[in-house]
Amino acid sequence: MNAQVIQMLLEGIRDTLYMTFGSVIIGYILGLPLGILLFVSNDKGLKPNKVIYRVCDFIINIIRSIPFLILLILLIPFTRLVVGQSYGSTATIVPLVICAAPYIARVVESSLNDVDTGVIEAAKSMGASNMQIIFKVLLVEARTSLMTGFTITTGLLLGYSAMSGTVGGGGLGDIAVRYGYYRWQTDIMIVTVVLLIVIFQIIQNVGTGISMKSDKRKR
Amino acid sequence: MSIIEIKNLTKKFEVEGHVITALDGVSLSIEKGDVFGIIGMSGAGKSTLVRSINYLEKPSEGVVLIDGVNLEDLSEKELRKERSRIGMIFQNFNLLEQKNVIDNVCFPLEIAGVKKKDARVRARELLRLVNLEDKEKSYPSQLSGGQKQRVAIARALSTNPQILLCDEATSALDPQTTGSILSLLREINEKFGITIVIITHQMSVVTEVCKKVAIIDSGRLVEEGEVEKIFTNPQSDAAKELISGREIRYTPLESLDTGRKIRIVFRENSAYEPVIANTILKMQAPLNILRADTRNVNGKAVGEMILGLPEGEELQNSIIDHIKEAGLTVTEVTEE
Repeated sequence: MNAQVIQMLLEGIRDTLYMTFGSVIIGYILGLPLGILLFVSNDKGLKPNKVIYRVCDFIINIIRSIPFLILLILLIPFTRLVVGQSYGSTATIVPLVICAAPYIARVVESSLNDVDTGVIEAAKSMGASNMQIIFKVLLVEARTSLMTGFTITTGLLLGYSAMSGTVGGGGLGDIAVRYGYYRWQTDIMIVTVVLLIVIFQIIQNVGTGISMKSDKRKR
Repeated sequence: MSIIEIKNLTKKFEVEGHVITALDGVSLSIEKGDVFGIIGMSGAGKSTLVRSINYLEKPSEGVVLIDGVNLEDLSEKELRKERSRIGMIFQNFNLLEQKNVIDNVCFPLEIAGVKKKDARVRARELLRLVNLEDKEKSYPSQLSGGQKQRVAIARALSTNPQILLCDEATSALDPQTTGSILSLLREINEKFGITIVIITHQMSVVTEVCKKVAIIDSGRLVEEGEVEKIFTNPQSDAAKELISGREIRYTPLESLDTGRKIRIVFRENSAYEPVIANTILKMQAPLNILRADTRNVNGKAVGEMILGLPEGEELQNSIIDHIKEAGLTVTEVTEE
């Protein structure tokens, strides 16, 4: 393997990490408040609101039911509008975020649903406002589960970022498709796949490690 | 003026199209410094009642006055402020699992905007009170049930409340731990004069610490008064059942088919005299002791006995008269 290929693979790793973490961070900026909104407006939530819940629920379900590859193509005009072009790593972040945000909202909602209602009631009895309950009780008590959700989402987006390589998204997936599929250079494809596996393992282990360590419920 | 005044409280819930009346016209007043028990079977509405006192449940009708202030008139913000003056503890403790003991105790102060340093000082003071000063850095999962409830009590007291509401606070604990939690509650009442409202389904909890008791049955208040009076001479069916319910489960009275039965209650003054033996000697008739028990009612030993009477109505009546003369309370035990 020559220096040029190694250089290309290093750039691939950089682009993959850029797309994965870029989309997971922006995804959480959108998805976390949305998840909280779902929890709060739910029937048994802090401030039930049927209209808000149903509208969010509906939109989330629609986006989540579109396969990512199709979403990627459907969103090309929108991506061009946002970042000025429809190919490359930055452009790929747009559909990744659109795909991730509703998923994140659901993951967050389910983490918050697992918080003991008794603890929420106790906070209410102390005179906590809804905002205080969200930030000082819910997000704190659910943090282990939220971090597990974050790890799973990151792993998912790593896979999706590779998928976007098929339409010129850049990163390791792009290299695998260009060299492995179009040029029959199996060795390069295998290397990229191994690299993806290693990155995935690191993300999963670090994420699990942090969430386990932060959990104070175990004896 | 009563510190808690509940007037004609009604609470209706709508569950899948059906309206359920959890509370039906309950009126109650609790004096400052009281330890007040609210007892009832599960589903009687007592949990809803205690949640109405801090407006966690808004009543459908009726009013709740705390220190003369109608909670209905308060804005959302004022209501939250009022709640911080009413502490509450729960059956499942409801501690924050991801925070250590001292942060749990500081939590209500954090919510109230008290400086962290001041909150810590107050929290340590309270941990000393509940005997957990060495557990400051432990997490709830490392504590026993009794210790968790102690932390919950310290937490509830951190904001210097006037009132402490206890919702089945000892129901998840074993009898010994229950005893220690109850004596802690009594200590808090005596030391700080905090009014305590205890919700329970266990008569033993009421007789142990409460001065007054209200009995709730199917959402209605059926009996109210001094614990000693109600224990000695219960009027309502619910009260009778709660007082002797524990035994009924073990030896159903109906199965002890021995004719006419009476329940006698004796207090300290009558405990010195061998009343039963004297009665047997005087009447020359056997008395069958079906059940006997001694209980601690507000620190006083109170004995309770169920006696089976011999045949013959005249003899039975004179036995009852004789026991009454000796200063005991006699009630007929009727079969269902």
